[in-house]
Amino acid sequence: MAQTPVDLMCREVVEQVSDYLSHALSPEQRARFESHLTTCPPCTTYLEQMGSTLELAGELSRGTSPGDVEAELVKRFLHWHRDKG
Amino acid sequence: MESRDADLALLSALRQGDERAFRQLVAQHQPAFLRIARAWSRDSAAAAEIVQDAWLAALESLERFEARSSLRTWLVGVLINVARSHARSARRMVPMSSLVAEETAELGPSVDSALFLPDDHEWAGHWAVAPTPFPPPDSALEREELRGVLQAALAELPVIQQQVMILCDVEGFTGQEVCNVLGINDTHQRVLLHRARSKARAKLERYVAERSKD
Repeated sequence: MAQTPVDLMCREVVEQVSDYLSHALSPEQRARFESHLTTCPPCTTYLEQMGSTLELAGELSRGTSPGDVEAELVKRFLHWHRDKG
Repeated sequence: MESRDADLALLSALRQGDERAFRQLVAQHQPAFLRIARAWSRDSAAAAEIVQDAWLAALESLERFEARSSLRTWLVGVLINVARSHARSARRMVPMSSLVAEETAELGPSVDSALFLPDDHEWAGHWAVAPTPFPPPDSALEREELRGVLQAALAELPVIQQQVMILCDVEGFTGQEVCNVLGINDTHQRVLLHRARSKARAKLERYVAERSKD
């Protein structure tokens, strides 16, 4: 008779959330993780909170205007090109 | 492959002294470089100095760049080396291996164990207090506020955790790229990212809970 894998505890699930979102869990780990979520609304909430956190993190790089290019740096580039001949 | 072709075209332009290509390259990467350098420096002026020095260091080595990695990954690797040598000269430098060992070996789970039922409970290890969903922000202003909270949470993280989360979740690097630029292995990268994300989420949760009391 096939052995039924023991369900994960919530405190184990939260330690795997980052790897889950990074697609770094093995297929077996992923299946156990997702199986736990089907019966655990608090862990689902935790996963959603982490998803929102990463979404916000992604927004930190959006909408930033291109940086200023200092004249000194451009001068050094032109010198670099001239010197390497 | 497309991006490698773009990198090779850009490299060729730079080697021919194309000023416009150089200006575009700097302008494109400058904001991300400042965010990355900030993790290693005490203020934004020091971060700007690191970034300036990193561009000069990149120019010094550009002839030797063989495009085995993307130009962006290579440039960030140069930036991090420069940032670390700035920290060394400011006498705040601890070897990378020690930082990684220290930050991966933090004691205890990443999520507060008090949130879970104790071992002698029938439902040991399951939630004692269920997390509360983040309400969707009501306005762009509120979302901006949350970004500010997250930014502050990132700034409080230990340097390598901060660096890994910025590279992965803000700048969109893959785990492998992060390993390459920081010179760390995949296991450490995953542990550091997990710890950083867990702390950042907890900070946001606390902020949202406090705000909902008002």
